[in-house]
Parts: sequence; C-alpha cells; structure tokens
Amino acid sequence: MQDTHTQPRSLGGRIITVPVAILTVLTLVGLYFIAKRYYLGLGAVANINPGYPWGIWVAFDVIVGPAIGCGGFAMALLAYVLNKGQYHPIMRPALLGGLFGYTLAGVAVLIDLGRYFNSLNLLLPWHLNTNSIMLETALCVMAYVAVLWVEFSPAILERFGLHRMRAFLNRYMFVIIALGVLLPTMHQSALGTILAVNETKLSPLWWTELLPLLFLISAVAMGYCIVALEATLVSRGFRLQSELSLLGSISYITFWIVAAFLIIRIGVIVLNGNLGLAFVPGKDATLFWFETILFAATLVLLATERFRHSERHIFLAACTLLLAGTMYRLDAYLIAYKGTVGWRYFPSVPELMVTIGLVSLHILAFILFCKLLPVLSNPPRAAAAEGHAT
Amino acid sequence: MSLDRRQFLTQSFGGAAAAGSVLAAGEADAFTLARPNKVASPDAVGILYDSTLCVGCKACMSACKAANNAPAVVPAELADWNQGQWDSSEDLDGRTLNVIKVYVNGTREVKDREIDGFAFVKRHCLHCVDPSCVSVCPVSAMRKDPVKGIVTNDKDACMGCRYCSYACPFGVPQFDLSKPYGRINKCQMCEHLQAKGGIPACCDVCPTGASLFGKLTDLQKEAEQRISLASGVDYEFPRGRLGDASRPTNPGQIAHYQKKVYGEKEAGGTQLRYLAGVPFPRLGLPVLPDYSFASRAEGIQHTIYKWFAAPVVLFAGLLALTYRATRKGHGQHDSPPADKS
Repeated sequence: MQDTHTQPRSLGGRIITVPVAILTVLTLVGLYFIAKRYYLGLGAVANINPGYPWGIWVAFDVIVGPAIGCGGFAMALLAYVLNKGQYHPIMRPALLGGLFGYTLAGVAVLIDLGRYFNSLNLLLPWHLNTNSIMLETALCVMAYVAVLWVEFSPAILERFGLHRMRAFLNRYMFVIIALGVLLPTMHQSALGTILAVNETKLSPLWWTELLPLLFLISAVAMGYCIVALEATLVSRGFRLQSELSLLGSISYITFWIVAAFLIIRIGVIVLNGNLGLAFVPGKDATLFWFETILFAATLVLLATERFRHSERHIFLAACTLLLAGTMYRLDAYLIAYKGTVGWRYFPSVPELMVTIGLVSLHILAFILFCKLLPVLSNPPRAAAAEGHAT
Repeated sequence: MSLDRRQFLTQSFGGAAAAGSVLAAGEADAFTLARPNKVASPDAVGILYDSTLCVGCKACMSACKAANNAPAVVPAELADWNQGQWDSSEDLDGRTLNVIKVYVNGTREVKDREIDGFAFVKRHCLHCVDPSCVSVCPVSAMRKDPVKGIVTNDKDACMGCRYCSYACPFGVPQFDLSKPYGRINKCQMCEHLQAKGGIPACCDVCPTGASLFGKLTDLQKEAEQRISLASGVDYEFPRGRLGDASRPTNPGQIAHYQKKVYGEKEAGGTQLRYLAGVPFPRLGLPVLPDYSFASRAEGIQHTIYKWFAAPVVLFAGLLALTYRATRKGHGQHDSPPADKS
C-alpha cells in the first residue's frame, strides 16, 4: 500500500474558492468582535459573569481545541513509539491540523486573559507557582506549539528549497519528535487535573481522581479520529485517493482506546458508589448519558473488521467520537460546572462569533497550507483506480 | 512557602506511619493522594460574622466601597434619594467586595427562623486557611500572608486567567469585566487599614457587632461561648475589634444558634467564621468537607510529578524509540521511507 504514495507535494490550484471566501468572511467577523473585546473589555463581548468566570472561549477554544489538535501527537505515538512506518504519509496533514489547533488555542488564551500583558510572568521564575496545574499546562502548551512548528517545518523548508537546513534538522528531529509525544502526554492529562480542585463544583459523574487519565486517553482517541476525519475530507474535497487502508488500522486502535475510556470512567463511578447519580433525572444525568451513548456509538460503528474498513463507518465513528470527546470536555468545564447560585451562563452571539472565527481561520489556514506547501502525498484520483473506495 | 513544601516532603518521605496519622487526624475517608491540610498561623486574624446580630443596614457595604475606592451601585429607581450613600449591589462582582444578602421563607415573620422567617448573611472572601485560589494561581498573584493569613491579589502579577474565581468554592474572587484591562477584586480584609493600626471597614462601621474583627483563635473562643449559652441569656456583644475596651458593647440576648461555627473546619478552615440561627446552606454557605481542595489537587499533581521522575523516564524512553524509528527510515520523519523512492 505504500507504493500508491508519492512524496508530499503542494496541491496548487486556485487560491480563492467559494469555501475559502466563506471562511474568510467568518474569520473577519470574529476579528471584529476580538477588536471590540480589546477596546471595551471582556464583559462587552462575552456573557461570562460573577458566577461563571469561564465561558465558551476557555471550554471550547482552549480545552477542546488542543484535544482536536491531537492528531500529530496520536500519529507520532503510532509511527515512532509503535514503530509503524507506513503511517508517515498521513503525518504531515495530522501535524498541520495540530499546528493550527494548538496555535489558535494559544491565540484564544490571549483573547480570554483579562490582563494579557502579564502572561509574560509565566516566563519569570520568581513568579511561578509549582503547585499550579495551569502553570504546567501553559508552559507545556507553549513549548508544544514551538515543537509542532519545528516538526512541520520540513514542509516549509522543502517548498523553499532549503535542503541543507532540512538535512540538519532531520539529524536531530528524533529529539523534537520525542518532545512531541512527551509534552501532549503531560498537558492533555493536566487539562483533566485542572478540574481536580473543583470536587464540590462538579458531579462525581465527572469528578474523579482519575480525571488526568481520562482526559489523556480521550484526547488520544480524538487525535486518531481527527486524522480519520481530515483524511476523508481531504481525499473527497481535493479529489485525491483515500487513505482507507491506513485508516482501518487506526480505527482498530481507536476502538480499544474508547473501550478503555468507557470501562475506566464507568468503573470508577460504580466503584465509588455513585452510579445512582446517573439515574437521578436532571441536567447531570442527561449530559452523562448523552456523552456515554456517543462514546458507545463509536464502539458500535467500529465493532467489526468490515466496519473498520468501511469509509462510511470510519467517517461516522470519527464524527461521533469527536462530538463525544467535545461534550465530555464542555460538560466537565462548563455545562455541568456548578457556578455560584443565582447565576447562569449561555454564550452571547458575539462570543460565539469569536469562536467560529477562530475555527474558520483554522480550516482556512489548513486549506491554504495544503495548496501552497508539500503536505499531502495521496495521488489524484484520476491517476489510479479507486479500487478500495467503496 | 518553604515550610509548606517541607511539610509535603515530610509526608512523602515519612512512610506509611506519617501518612496514616495525617489521614486519621483530618479525614473521614482516606484519600491516598492528598497532602495534609495547611494549618492557620498562630497570629492569624479574622472576622466573626454573627447573622443573628445583623440588622441588614448594609452600612458595611457602603463602608467597604469607600474604603476600597469602588463606586456604589445605585439602581435608577432609587437614584432620587440615594446619591451613593447606600450601596445596593446584589451580589459580589468586579467592583463589589462585600454584600449583605437575605434569606426569606414563607410569611417572613420571625428573624433567624428557618420556616416563615428571614435571616441576613454577609458574603465576602472567607480567607481560607488552605486556599484553592492561592494553590491554582499560575503566576503567584494570589498570596496568603504567612503571619496574618490575609489572602490578597497582586494585580501586577495577575494575568487575568480567572482560575481563582473558577476554583473558589465560595465564588469570591471577581474579575472586573467592565474595563478593557480589568483586574481581580476581592476582600483583602482592608489590609491597607490594618497596616495603619485600623480594622476592616465593615467591622469598624457595624452598629451591632455582627461583623467583629480580631485574632482568629480569640474569635473562635467567642463564637464557641455564644453557642454554648442558652438562648435568651443576656450578653454583651463586643463591637469593632474583639478585646477593644474603648468601644461600647452592644447589650442583647443570645439567639437560637445553630450549634456550629461555620468556617472552623470547612475546606480546611477559613478565617471568616459564621454564626447563624438558620442552617448555613440556607444562607448560601455550601456544605464542604474538612479537607482543603488544594490538598487533593496538589496531592494528585505532585504524585504524578514526584521528583519529576515520570516525565524524565518517559522522555528517555521516547528518545530511544524515536532515534531507532528515524534511523531506520533514514531520517525521513514525515514522509514515506526513503527505501521506496
């Protein structure tokens, strides 16, 4: 199957297409509200309030965003730790997705921080509080953004013919790749540990001492699913051959990670004697079952060997699991979070437009990079028979 | 800070006996990853708020605004008679550090009665002994004074992430969302007035002694004495600062107290302590465990990262694996192995 792949190459073609135009408009609308936020303050744009200090910008952009950006991390685990070299062709698009997922999460942090200039204090040793899980998360994420750019830089160096620099980089790339696995392991688990302090502000359906483990393994599963989703959309959208054979094995791994997630999560709830809470009618139970059904649906969609090699099943399973992992994070951070009594939170339209603008910018940058830089290595569909794309 | 770290290390190295005694001393249910609660400084100061003495005049709210240079909130319909003398904030927010709230039930006939009664409650920072906000702040902007125990925010360190607000079990620290470049505001027990020998403005202005400033250990004794007495007994309630003979007392009767001092043990203890006639949850004071949340969160984090060993070992293993994998593929890290081109 490796033989169907060529070296990565840029797609070229027209830059301004209808999707690009739509995404540009959405990005500009988001930028308008970001400018408003800086000019008038957080309260002028976001609905966060004294009872709910964190809104959608934190819960989605900063917490869900990096989980969706785990493609590069998840693929590096596979290609280097498990030494499965055949996955290299989907490494670049996976890294590219992660690159923008993380970079834009970093941008979202700077939009959400109330005193953004002081974020430089994160780099001053005498300011650091080593008890703070957010400190670890912030430093790890900053370092990982840099690592992702270096990991992706061969594509840029190739485009501009800087072969000697690329060769130099290749010699030490194994260090960068190792960091590219270590750092996400640390901060994706830390994103769970951030909630450890909220024991009474979160139902035991979410709060457990194993939050770091649950956040880590669900992030890895989301990483494989975003790779599957990207690969499917890219092969359809750009009319390239599909990566189906590679995605089949990824689906097998995804199946077992999701199974482990469900067993650990529900096992902890049962062992702590809290299963009854899942049957108390109300918001918590509804959210819990919605998530659990989504996770379980992923298992069903990938249950058999035949399902795991069906493009439709892979695509649906990827969408379902990404939604499940997104809901798990949104619930734990925001929807199931018990803010101060008397306050409610629902995002405002301008607040949502900022998030939509950042997501649009993410997709826009992904498309432009694929057109301008050597990212994808699938041959065009016309060049080969579509024997396996059923 | 160094003392706290040493306590933590003592527990880590001290073996099962030390850990066991810590858990037995403080916990109902043993939690294996927790560090012990921090303990209050012997010189800690605090406030005792007695809900049964509070008449709901809100003088403390206005005094708080004046002492902390914050504007009084005046609803439009009250503006013709209230030119800012009365603060009418309804809850803590970016400019309101202290608020009086009321509990009402049924016919609201009798003060400090749960059914068909009403009661006042004062809400501001409880100055936890082992605060979540200090534990979670990445840039050490939230600090707890090692002697007096006052919890403060340094706006020059703070980056406005609002994790303190998010993690506070009482919803206290408030970011001022109304400004382009706001800041966290919270009760700092009028630290600036205490530095000049004064007491917190709310206690200074309270006509009944419902808000009483003093040394934490003395306040606890005062509170225990009140709940130990039979209701209806005459009592001279101190005002302003406990033990300050220059200020006349407020003669009254002991109320029907809940037989509990809220804040003695909640979340590891707080330096604002409450007495009340109605159950504390009715006043919006949550039921909390005796351990501090920081003790558990830090326990989990420092277990994972003990001696930073796990990340180092993991990194070493990863280096070996990635070295092997990239050498095999002739260094082509993100493209097909060179052997087929």
